[in-house]
Amino acid sequence: MTEKKNKKNLHTRRDFLKLTAGAVGSVGALSAVWPFMDSMNPAADTLAQASIEVDLTEIPEGSGKTVLWQGTPIFVRHRTPKEIEEAEKTPLKQLIDPETDKARVQRPEWLVVVGVCTHLGCVPLGQKPTDPRGDCGGWLCPCHGSQYDTSGRVCHGPAPTNLPIPPYRFVDDNTIKIGVTDD
Amino acid sequence: MTKKKHPQRPSRPLYDNPVSKWIDKRLPVFTFIRHSLDEYPTPKNLNWLWNGGSLAGITLLIMIISGITLGMHYNPDPADAFNSIERIMRDVNYGWLIRYIHVNGASFFFILVYLHMFRSMYYGSYKAPRELLWIVGVLILLLMMATAFMGYVLPWGQMSFWGAKVITNLFSAIPVFGDSIVQWLLGGPNVDAPTLHRFFVLHYLLPFLIVAFVAIHLICLHQFGSNNPSGVEVKKSEDQIPFHPYYTVKDLYGLTIYLLVFAGFVFFAPNFFMEAVNYNPANPLVTPPHIAPEWYFLPFYAILRSFPDKLGGVIGMFSAVSVLFFLPWLDRSKIKSAAYRPMFRPLFWVFILNCLILGWIGQKPPQGWYLIIGRLATLYYFAHFLIILPVVGWLERPLTVPSSISEYCKREHNRRKK
Repeated sequence: MTEKKNKKNLHTRRDFLKLTAGAVGSVGALSAVWPFMDSMNPAADTLAQASIEVDLTEIPEGSGKTVLWQGTPIFVRHRTPKEIEEAEKTPLKQLIDPETDKARVQRPEWLVVVGVCTHLGCVPLGQKPTDPRGDCGGWLCPCHGSQYDTSGRVCHGPAPTNLPIPPYRFVDDNTIKIGVTDD
Repeated sequence: MTKKKHPQRPSRPLYDNPVSKWIDKRLPVFTFIRHSLDEYPTPKNLNWLWNGGSLAGITLLIMIISGITLGMHYNPDPADAFNSIERIMRDVNYGWLIRYIHVNGASFFFILVYLHMFRSMYYGSYKAPRELLWIVGVLILLLMMATAFMGYVLPWGQMSFWGAKVITNLFSAIPVFGDSIVQWLLGGPNVDAPTLHRFFVLHYLLPFLIVAFVAIHLICLHQFGSNNPSGVEVKKSEDQIPFHPYYTVKDLYGLTIYLLVFAGFVFFAPNFFMEAVNYNPANPLVTPPHIAPEWYFLPFYAILRSFPDKLGGVIGMFSAVSVLFFLPWLDRSKIKSAAYRPMFRPLFWVFILNCLILGWIGQKPPQGWYLIIGRLATLYYFAHFLIILPVVGWLERPLTVPSSISEYCKREHNRRKK
């Protein structure tokens, strides 16, 4: 600027005005930017937790069903007694992301997990009895070879964590509702 | 006219920083900024009407930002277009705000641009050597009109649909090829999915073309600098001041006032410029009883309807805009500012009044007295450009023009003292 600073008084009235005007302007600009940023977050209708019901009678033992919940595949697996036993017996020390099988199921014969590999988001294979299920008998991710056991826990990388459990509850013995934990 | 550096502002290295120096040598961006802000000499007597350009530029930016955000949520499919707009209004975070900014921004953009143009007409800014600056401006107006029209179709309400239908049907007036041209424009026998989709794509594209034309507009402007209320060109260095900080501050002050008014509409009267009918979804089976375009098209719409002949109306409407291209040569007077043109000055205001009358007629049914007034106003609109301007330039005895901008400032100062 053209004005010279007074040597005796380094902070001039103009400095004060510039700083305060600049500060108020910046706050205004930032609060104007926020609505535009926030509009890219999920909209209210997207967030509205649409819950779905799954009929379990359709799923024979040893097989699984993939359902779509909020645009995400959910694996519902009807485990055999052998698979349950394997899952329960696995020593936690062996696991990359240690977690007991009990903590991951509400009823041992039904395993409900989010069917998205925790590595980079592919959908693992293993839902159909004919699919490759990897060395641990659960799922095998075709993208980068991560393997999950019959409890949906990662037993072979590169995936860092177990398949997450979505919120769900049993409506009755033959039906589960995904997306809600209680009424 | 040669550009002179302001005497108080010796060229100094702005970039002591070695990184800035390195960049500036390869990409002279800092030199450019300094040249256009610091060194750019501007007449010292610009009044508030010279805020219009920078405000219009900022509005263009606001329109592009809000438009891109809306585009992320909008679906250009006839089955879902209307619903996706309602979803933006109800479900998208701040969607209502962004849409109201975009909708009102369109009206404010036209208000500013029309003011900007009327200012040029009053102060003769389109005259030599700024003819091309004016012509590029008229091109920007045309692009804005096309963009605004296609944007208005996107919500796929009743007015959107029938507006699209009526405007595209204008081209059917073209002899022989008319119908095939309309079909080509619509992508089918009627306004439908292909039309909506291409309108969306073009509505997204054209604003960036406007940005390019604004850049050309600015290059033209910087060639000779701004005109000013005296209409006298800059002659000595004391006639001018650097753009920064004097006009950056003045523009910022204008921007604050403008944004206050703009926000007033967005928050307290968001539907002021809107037609209620357009909140009804498009229905290809029923035309609304009363069709009128957005306010910024009303004068041209009035001209269209004043002609008893289909082709005549279309030619009349397009001529009403294209006559502006020839304005620099239709006005024969060498004097720029209306302040020194005793005959032109009242006629300028009559022209403004006539434009307002045309706008008023544009929203009335074309019957009875409305039709007669509309025809007279249309006749006057063209007479202003084709007869009045050339003849007045020849007949008029102008007042003494100040010898320089500084002389003008002294005169104004004395006038105000009295």
